[in-house]
Amino acid sequence: METKKIEVPVMAELFARGETPEFLFWVGCAGAYDDRYKKVTRAFTKILTHLNISYAVLGKEESCTGDPARRAGNEMLYQMQALQNITIMNGYNVKKIITICPHCFNILKNEYPDLGGNYEVINYVQFLDQYIENGSIKLDATMLGNTRITYHDPCYLGRGNDVYAEPRSILKKLTTDFVELERNKSFSYCCGAGGAQMFKEAESGKKEVFIERTEEVLRSDAKIVATACPFCMTMLTDGLKYKNKEEVRNLDIAELIVQVMDLSPQNLNSQRNCSLFVKKNTGFEPSNLYANGHSRMAV
Amino acid sequence: MVKQIAFSLALLITLGVFTFTVLRLISYFRFTKTGFPIRDLPKRFMVMLDVAIGQTKIFRHPVIGFFHALVFWGFCVIIFGSIEMVIDGLSGLERSLKVLGGFYNVIMASGDVFALVVAGSIVIFMIRRLFLHISRFEGIEMKKKSHQDANIALSMILLLMLSLMGMNAAYVELQTAGNEPVYGVYPVGNLLAPIFSGLSLSGMHVAHEFFWWSHILLIFIFANILPYSKHFHVFLSVPNTFLTRLEPLGKLTNMDDITREVKLMLDPNAAFEAPAADAPVSRFGVKDVEDVTWKNYFDSLTCTECGRCSAVCPANTTGKMLSPRKIFMDLRARMKEKGPGLVRKGMEYTDNKSLLRDYISEEELWACTTCNACAQECPVNINHPTLIVDMRRYLVMEESSAPSGLKTMFANIENNGAPWQYSPEDRLLWAENLEMKVS
Repeated sequence: METKKIEVPVMAELFARGETPEFLFWVGCAGAYDDRYKKVTRAFTKILTHLNISYAVLGKEESCTGDPARRAGNEMLYQMQALQNITIMNGYNVKKIITICPHCFNILKNEYPDLGGNYEVINYVQFLDQYIENGSIKLDATMLGNTRITYHDPCYLGRGNDVYAEPRSILKKLTTDFVELERNKSFSYCCGAGGAQMFKEAESGKKEVFIERTEEVLRSDAKIVATACPFCMTMLTDGLKYKNKEEVRNLDIAELIVQVMDLSPQNLNSQRNCSLFVKKNTGFEPSNLYANGHSRMAV
Repeated sequence: MVKQIAFSLALLITLGVFTFTVLRLISYFRFTKTGFPIRDLPKRFMVMLDVAIGQTKIFRHPVIGFFHALVFWGFCVIIFGSIEMVIDGLSGLERSLKVLGGFYNVIMASGDVFALVVAGSIVIFMIRRLFLHISRFEGIEMKKKSHQDANIALSMILLLMLSLMGMNAAYVELQTAGNEPVYGVYPVGNLLAPIFSGLSLSGMHVAHEFFWWSHILLIFIFANILPYSKHFHVFLSVPNTFLTRLEPLGKLTNMDDITREVKLMLDPNAAFEAPAADAPVSRFGVKDVEDVTWKNYFDSLTCTECGRCSAVCPANTTGKMLSPRKIFMDLRARMKEKGPGLVRKGMEYTDNKSLLRDYISEEELWACTTCNACAQECPVNINHPTLIVDMRRYLVMEESSAPSGLKTMFANIENNGAPWQYSPEDRLLWAENLEMKVS
């Protein structure tokens, strides 16, 4: 087995060489800083590399889109962030953006145009589905056998932007036992982190939102709950921990694809994919950002 | 002739009272802010056909939704008969639309059958409301008055349908007994007609007149109760779906006032390019009714208090104070309270109260996850999260009030460009030592 080192292309360096990549890969704050979600960023980068996609990241020039500030009512801060980001992206003549975070996806796609940032914004799930459909990524339903997989719809992908079909199409190509949660697609139930809830204590009530959703996941008897959002991942992973059900894996769609494509050098098992089901082997440690036991950020 | 005069008088009073009520409601729209422009009429028309006429969102609760759809479609058919009654009442003719021929038969037959179907559905609704404790009909915002409102409306509709069936049955019996032709087709009327067979011809005539007048007067009364009731949706749901915000649910509306300010901060030269802001600086966000958009207020008048929004709200279903339904019931109630003062004394009028805090608490507003489940569910396309965020905008930008976690997040974004306390220098750490297998 050979391994190849991936040098992630950075926009400023390409620009200095006079190159313009086709896509800007917008990593997002969670993708850059959250130890758990960094694995998703790395997984997706492997796929981009595998597909020979012409892309670059902004790296140190990337800054928060302003989504949590805006949804928490701080329009001033949001617009400062947005206008700065737009200046940088327009400076690099960015035309197409791929995002992994649905919150970044929504705000770049729907809200930046109001401030003069007009780009074709693609969510990675749609992107992956497109390359699976055209045969560049080969998946077949035997890869995970009959492992039961369910999917939790991120609000900003589903209801927010009507992306329901692509994640399901991908997951149904990975397993013969895809099951829906009781509340799915446009009926889906929030993980509890949107609208800047991620960054504050929940108001008092009789239950935590993420526990309610986790219980629904557990009722599905799925071995894997797939997500496509860093906040949903934090919430559900925490929920599974709370319920002492860590044998149920919470994985991102990009991670599942990397596993079945066998792109990870860490996956040294001769038999494909079995690392998914060996808890210790996957090495997913609790997230550093929200490890205060309440699913909230420890600052 | 006496009937014509009596009818004209009743109609005049009905229209007069209705105009008075509606003009007052319209006058309140003066105090609201401009929202989005109404463009894309074909698309709006399709949304209206889909959501209002097709009842697609009502069908998200398939069983009870089916009965509601029957009531709605029934109303759409029965209204032809009501229009005919108005023409008859004014002109002194009988069954004046019979000139429509075959179409008239179809319409009358449908209306007659639907009267029974609607009555049956209303009985089901009443049983649900009175005997089955449906959780979405409860909640802190659902006062005794809200329940009474619902029960009065259901009772009135039931009486409307019973009087319509009585009228059709008496008509069939009267015409048949008098060897007169029956105009239109009345399947249910035919079944019920024998009830009146014991009466003399004049008795049948009186029975028919009784049901005719009961039905039309109930319509007149109902029409004037509606604007004061949650059942105003009978009139407003169709236009409200036509006026739907067409953007994706995930999108929030840009605050152009803020854009001007931010552009000035980032580039002082822009000050000379931007038109001078002569208009008095308005408040950022929503504190009271005069800060909401016309669409928010229209939404509040359309709200039927069905509670489907709150039943899917992650905050509400986990016992938090937020209830999306309450937000719009509060807006409607607050406008009713403050509107008359604004009409009398203008925009300066204050009663030292506001929608924020006197009606809607900060705790409610901060519990929203902006998941849009409420907006997705609303059968009349009310958009709750945009108003909730507008109220947060007031709290944050006018009062610097926010939960401490959010203030920390704001500070982090300002200082590091990320919601957490990490340096921009560390943004590429994820890409270190990245390797992949190549076959």
